[in-house]
Formats: sequence, structure tokens, C-alpha cells
Amino acid sequence: MSESTTGASTVAVTDDSFAQDVLASGTPVLVDFWATWCGPCKMVAPVLEEIAAEKSGSLTVAKLDVDENPATARDFSVVSIPTMILFKDGQPVKRIVGAKGKAALLRELGDAL
Amino acid sequence: MTSSSTIHDVIIVGSGPAGYTAAVYSARAQLTPLVFEGSQFGGALMTTTEVENYPGFRDGITGPELMDQMREQALRFGADLRMEDVDAVDLSGPIKKVTVGDETHHARAVILAMGAAARHLGVPGEDELLGMGVSTCATCDGFFFRDQDIAVVGGGDSAMEEATFLTRFARSVTLIHRREEFRASKIMLERAEQNEKITFMTNTAVTSVHGDPKVTGISLRDTVTGEESELAVTGVFVAIGHDPRSNLVRGQVDVDDEGYVQTVGRTTYTSVDGVFAAGDLVDHTYRQAITAAGSGCAAAIDAERWLADHAEPGERTSTTTDDSDLIGARQ
Repeated sequence: MSESTTGASTVAVTDDSFAQDVLASGTPVLVDFWATWCGPCKMVAPVLEEIAAEKSGSLTVAKLDVDENPATARDFSVVSIPTMILFKDGQPVKRIVGAKGKAALLRELGDAL
Repeated sequence: MTSSSTIHDVIIVGSGPAGYTAAVYSARAQLTPLVFEGSQFGGALMTTTEVENYPGFRDGITGPELMDQMREQALRFGADLRMEDVDAVDLSGPIKKVTVGDETHHARAVILAMGAAARHLGVPGEDELLGMGVSTCATCDGFFFRDQDIAVVGGGDSAMEEATFLTRFARSVTLIHRREEFRASKIMLERAEQNEKITFMTNTAVTSVHGDPKVTGISLRDTVTGEESELAVTGVFVAIGHDPRSNLVRGQVDVDDEGYVQTVGRTTYTSVDGVFAAGDLVDHTYRQAITAAGSGCAAAIDAERWLADHAEPGERTSTTTDDSDLIGARQ
């Protein structure tokens, strides 16, 4: 559980890069809204790394630090972290709140992917 | 369904202070424990702010940091930690089975340390608005309620801690409690009472949470007079206690009326030979990080001695390695 923002397979996005990296993306993007002070965010981080590695090419997993990027969190009414929102063609299509295991997360994403 | 042919000395189910301490002790005893931490690894402390009463950290330490330290300590001595949820266990017979996904693991001894899960209010609107103003983690979500009016529900130490913590952000915090008297410790209660941002509402129950898409208020009922009222808040933090996570082992080990796994006397022995239990899973009295850690230590020692007493002749030397050739042949 390091404090690093991203691992090998996930990408960091910001308020400035959100429109281009997420909304304009050709592939679906799962955005993890997180912060350094959030324990459950640390629980879900390695799970998201695994999913990102396995779904490479068909799904991008992006991480947005809400502390440094409050505007995007506000735009999507995020008031609880971790919140993960799946974006397809620029639209939020699925919202998952709270740390979950890999199987549960993939199950929830299943329909929307 | 695959089945590993290795028979471990001990499998630990759960993390948190109990699971990690059991892992540290059994790893140091060279039992090479296999630990299923669960996807909610770290347990209840992962949503705790400052832990001020864990001995040895005189300036306090955050819950996640304390768990990280314990986790690393277990790794240092060779514990095999897996962030996976156990789906089923079979504790009958001399070799216990622990199933994760489509894989079954075997061990002579099992230490149960699944902890307890946060209780829900069970009122309309609560589940629907989870993450939209209803929160179970003040440390995670307090940040989003700057200069807003919020409520904390509960009467124990965690409710006091959360209410006090949330005043860093919120304009006002209303602490709502069903009863007149509090279970919280004096120091925590006094700290909350002295905070001018916190208003106490006792003998009050939450009957519903409303708002669309985000929380705008809650309905309340006076538990003495029955009078109903409304409170405009944008956040509701629920801290009304925990229930033991014993579903996995119900029907296999004895549990009490509230679902806590029962242990024998001052030991960590459960009703099943070779199965030990520790932490919040067994404890409805103390429920502290330090008592959980203490019972995790006791479970590891109980398991180690039990294994020594129950070793089959001539086999105790090779079981700490993953040498499936030797061990698997017996199956």
C-alpha cells in the first residue's frame, strides 16, 4: 500500500485532462475517484491494477485524486470515495461506490462493459 | 474446481489487527501461514482516523498506517498474504478446506479472524443514497462536506470520533442517538460535548433518508414521545456498531445468539478441533485494536501448540515448505 498515484497499468487523470482522456476516449474508461487519506481506496487500488492489466486495450482504468482535482469530482456529484464511474462515449454509464473485491467489481461492470 | 495438493499448517481467514498479528506470530514460528486477507483487507481500522490508544505510538497513528505496518511485519517473516475473499470453508475432519473462487486450499489448523461488518440503519433511502450523502466512512468522505450541515448516527466511540473529526469540515454536526445514555468512553464523549459545532439529539431514531439525487434531509422520531420531525442535512454518517462476520462458519462452529464465534474459556479454541478464532469475530466486549491483536497472538500460539501436539509421527519437518511431492502423496 504505497502512496503512489498510479501503478503500471492505470493512468492518472486530472481536471485539465479529463475531457480529453476520459470523455473523448474511444475505449470505455473506468475512473477511480480516490484520495491519499482514504483507507478503502487503498484496498481497491491493487484490484484496479489487476483489472487494468487484464482488460488492457478494451478498458482504460484511470485514477483521479479528488484532493487535487475537486472540479471533476463535483461535476459528477462524487461525495464518497472510492467511487468508480464507467464512462462510455463520454457518458457515465455505471457508478460503483465503495471498495469491492475483483470478482464483485467485474460482476458489476459486466453488464455495462 | 482445482485443489492444491499442499497441506498447510495453518490458514488464517481475515486480516485486521487479529489476522495480521496471528500471521506475524505463526510466520515467526515458521508455520508459513497462508492468509486470506479479503478484499476489505485491514479491517475496521481502514476507515478509522487517528488511533490514539495503540501502545507504542505515543503521538497516534492512522488506522490504515497501523494496518500497513502490521501487514509488512507479517510479510517480513514469510506470511503468504492474499487479497482474496474466502467463499467457503469445510472445517470437518483433520484436514480443513478453504475455498477461494475455484481453488480449494488445505490446512491442519485454521484461524478465523473475519472481524465484524458495519451495521446499517435499515431505513428507507439509506441504501439508495449510499455514496450520495449516506456514508459509512467519515475519514473518506468528510472532505466533501465542507461548510455543510451533516448528521452522525450512533452513541459509541466511533460515532464520537467521527462527529469530532467531521467538525474539521462541516458547518454543523448533529449527533443522533436512540438512547439517553452513551456507550462511548468518557474521554470521547466529553471531547464531542465540548465541540461547539456538535449538537446532541438523544432519544431520537432516524426513520428515513431522503433526497434526489443527493441527500437533502432525514426524518426523525423521538423514541420517548413518538414525535416526528425533519432535519435538513446533506450528509448522514452511520456509526451504529458492528455485527460479527460469522456467516462463513455458521453451522460448523458454535456461535452465540448474536452470531459471535464462541471460544473455550480464556483460549481461542472454537467448538471444532484445530479451528481457532480471534478479534472482533469473537469479542462483543472490548473490540479494540489492541485486544484484537492480543487475541490474534493467542490464536497463533494456540494453533502452534495444537499442531505440535497433533503432529503425525515423522511428518512435522517438511510441512512448512510448499513441497507438494512429499505432502500431496498422502492425500
